[in-house]
Amino acid sequence: MLGRDAIRQKKREDRKAAYGNKLDATSSSYPNKGSGLPYPHRLNFYTDPPKDEVSLEEFEQWAIDRLKVLGEIETCQFRNNTPTEIDTTLRKLLDKYLPLNSNSSIPESERSNPRRFLGLTNERKKDHYSHFILRLAFARSDDLRRRFTTTESILFRHRFTTDNTIERAEFMDSLQLNSEVVGEAEKVSLAEELKAVLISGSKMPAEKARQMFEQEQYLKVDWDRVSDLVEGRKVFLRRGYAYVPNSMLLSLVMAEFSKRLDESLIKTARYLPHLDEDDRLIPILNHLSKGFTAPEYTSSTSLASLSGEAITASQIDNLSSHFPLCMKNLHASLRRDKHLRHFGRLQYGLFLKGLGLSIDEALIFWRQSFSKFTDDQFSKEYRYNIRHSYGLQGAGRNYKPYSCQQILMEHPPGAGDSHGCPYRHFSIENLTVAMGRLMGVEDRSVVNGVKQDVEAKKYHLACNRVFEYLHEKELKKKEGGAGKETITHPNEYFDRSWGLKNPGKRGGDGSEVQVKDEDVTMT
Amino acid sequence: MAPHKTTPDYDSDDAMQDVESMQVDSVGAKEKTVKDDLEHMFDDDLDDEPMVDASNAHKNSSGKVNITAISDIPSANPSDPEDMLQFYSRLFPWRQLFRWLNHSELPSTDFAHREFAFTLHNDAYLRYQCYPTFETLRRDVLNLNPSRFEIGPVYSTKPRDRKQAKGSFKPIEKELVFDIDLTDYDEIRTCCSKTKICIKCWQFVTMAIKVVDVALRDDFGFQHIMWVYSGRRGAHAWVCDKKARKLGDGKRRAIAAYFEVVKGSSQSGKKVNLERPLHPHIRRSHDILKDDFKQNILENQDPFRTEKQAERLLQLLPDRQLKEALREKWDSTIERPSSDKWKDIDALAGSGVSKTIIPKVLLEHKQDIILEYTYPRLDAEVSKHLNHLLKSPFVVHPGTGKVCVPIDISKLDEFDPDAVPTVTRLLKEIDQWKNPVKEEDDGVSTSRVSDIDKTSLKPYHDLFSKFVQKLLNAERPSPTEKPLHTEKSVKVKAEEMDF
Repeated sequence: MLGRDAIRQKKREDRKAAYGNKLDATSSSYPNKGSGLPYPHRLNFYTDPPKDEVSLEEFEQWAIDRLKVLGEIETCQFRNNTPTEIDTTLRKLLDKYLPLNSNSSIPESERSNPRRFLGLTNERKKDHYSHFILRLAFARSDDLRRRFTTTESILFRHRFTTDNTIERAEFMDSLQLNSEVVGEAEKVSLAEELKAVLISGSKMPAEKARQMFEQEQYLKVDWDRVSDLVEGRKVFLRRGYAYVPNSMLLSLVMAEFSKRLDESLIKTARYLPHLDEDDRLIPILNHLSKGFTAPEYTSSTSLASLSGEAITASQIDNLSSHFPLCMKNLHASLRRDKHLRHFGRLQYGLFLKGLGLSIDEALIFWRQSFSKFTDDQFSKEYRYNIRHSYGLQGAGRNYKPYSCQQILMEHPPGAGDSHGCPYRHFSIENLTVAMGRLMGVEDRSVVNGVKQDVEAKKYHLACNRVFEYLHEKELKKKEGGAGKETITHPNEYFDRSWGLKNPGKRGGDGSEVQVKDEDVTMT
Repeated sequence: MAPHKTTPDYDSDDAMQDVESMQVDSVGAKEKTVKDDLEHMFDDDLDDEPMVDASNAHKNSSGKVNITAISDIPSANPSDPEDMLQFYSRLFPWRQLFRWLNHSELPSTDFAHREFAFTLHNDAYLRYQCYPTFETLRRDVLNLNPSRFEIGPVYSTKPRDRKQAKGSFKPIEKELVFDIDLTDYDEIRTCCSKTKICIKCWQFVTMAIKVVDVALRDDFGFQHIMWVYSGRRGAHAWVCDKKARKLGDGKRRAIAAYFEVVKGSSQSGKKVNLERPLHPHIRRSHDILKDDFKQNILENQDPFRTEKQAERLLQLLPDRQLKEALREKWDSTIERPSSDKWKDIDALAGSGVSKTIIPKVLLEHKQDIILEYTYPRLDAEVSKHLNHLLKSPFVVHPGTGKVCVPIDISKLDEFDPDAVPTVTRLLKEIDQWKNPVKEEDDGVSTSRVSDIDKTSLKPYHDLFSKFVQKLLNAERPSPTEKPLHTEKSVKVKAEEMDF
């Protein structure tokens, strides 16, 4: 048995050596690469971990910059943005936080000059290092790993598709995907099968199909590397090989990217407990992984103090003019029924807590609101609940106000419930009525716009549309500044609304940007 | 080095074996009383099996020879517990099962970490059992006398130790499996229903095997595919290639979806709706099945005979005018056979009863119908999950008493589920066997003929052994690759001859 293992080991080493040689051979065939440049390609599959030293400052700053990008990708995702929309968002964001220019950005003749290449090298180094730092931060749980792989894959896809064609081909070569180009003779001999798959379902005229097929180039790979294409019978299979047309290459690369990343994250997770580390990195990593809650808006427990004095129960009615529709609706239901059911209390109660309503004021507010109950009933049924949500009872967890994502995705409201997102959970008719009655929105163009957003399942856009309409004047005064950013949290809606209507006071405009920064930076 | 090495290995196995069976005792404490009796009865059962390696004979057994006579107990129960015990002790191919799952002659984790699950006669279900060698598995089966047992995946650690392993306990490999069951064909088979089966509806299974087998080989490149009769009205495929065993759930799901063509519940209309041109796999399947459709479906099943049935066919066809012409024609002749009705479609379409009919559309609809009535209907859930358990080959089906025998794919058309031996018949064959004076078998000793050789289970057993040997040959590193290996494989061959 030992003997066999030893042999296997030997074989593995042989293969490795062979592989390594091959790699060298490939890279040296590109004169402007191989020659000592650490990052010959713009794209990176993140196979090798970084080895150089970085300062603690860089370590943190690079990670935070990447985190901002990933966070925005997640936000885009949960806004149901299309890939084109994500690309537009990312282009701007990446320029700011994580630029990555192509080799062609410097003249060809100077590319072999390492000094001339330095700018590119530094960008790529930051990309490389920040990826690996975040791996450490996000390897620790299933959920974080999944989100990391998803967002990183989207980022990679964006870069891959926007890459210059020639450089992309060079990068593909360097990947050693174990793919083999299908020669012309083989392609012709399989023409009927390959063409059938290529044009299946397209109802293309024969002549056009023939042309398309002739221009197509095929790669042969192990079928299980493109299992998503196999699943949909999108490729021709023969003896374990899938014949992938160039036009479907992206699928192959993406599958490989997320597969490798998944595997390495699991490995990282396994080694994480053995990370022989002083306490410089661990706190940073911990904080980073906490910061990866993009849509979360840690708002203003500070607002209360910023505005000068504490919010009291009696102010809620007045403040409700700054509430988004979901909270307006809860507030109206509470006033009408003198009661809210469990998830309604939770959604609304945490929102009020986010506004800065203290526990004492909260108890007063709820006690007064639940006016049809006796003191005794209230104490028995609800008091504990409210104290619990402030972390004063039970698990002692300090619950955070629900984000739009949570409201949209968790606990869809049932009969008798008032929580949830009206843009999503109301019928169009009821939504129109609610917008008119609660928000005073009756303008035809706004209502129609909201209908379109809702049909496209872009509930955020609907809510933001209403926000923009209601704050049209104030936003104009600010000349198109902060109005661009999409609101993704009810408390963010409130803070911005309040800030716009009370421009003189502190905690007004722009404060949310600072708060967001604070969330990711260190203490 | 080679000759010395085997002995200590086996010794340690024996030690482990004891530990294992003690564990089982504590698990199956309920059956203790029954088991004690049975234990006496089959005290030395291992000595009865001529296939057992002599060097590995039971050191801890008392050594007395106690051949149990098979009494001709007439039993109404097709799977009488007594008969089952006899079967498992005398006829079940333990050694081959071990080699099949172990992928080598020397005990390895491929076998030791494999999950076995038992369904006992009181319907209790024992999961996560595992065994270092086939002897320990065999002994446990004889102790527990389950009504059936199933094979699960190989886990990262011994399934029995899963609690200690906590988070790291997970399935790592299992054969890729497929399950064809005639219940999925109930809406289109007319000859039988529910658990009944005849040679006519068995053809559904035959057609399915043809299509799946060729796709697994030609498309996916798998070679070691074993088809096994499931004991009543279906068949299982075990794809044993190393690459197939290592597939994760996602890739298994991809294969299952690749095969899925007939979609929808009994409430849906047309269940096959394929894009054109057909994917080469579907095209090939259609070409294989179109002749079978005429014989097995139109002739034998005759599924469009009655007015109500014919309406179903009309539902699946395009063009209102054509349908009306057909309906009119069929209304005038009572119970016109399906094959005539099928011919009517082209005849009427060609005679110009409809001005709107597009020949290509009609052809495509006819292709879809052929596939709806012949294309494999697989139980996809079975194939999708690495940790799905499947009944072991050669287990006796508790309802029918039939042995789950492998199906010879080269003689697929000859396979008749009614001809599959039952446990009662096999035991009778042993009883009635007379030793021919001359020695017939080449290698087997003249004095003892193994029980399997006395029965009609023999050809199935040989088929299985051949399959296993081929698999083992493929698993073994090829001797030409490195000179180092030659010594090793010679050694293994020598070992084989011992048995």
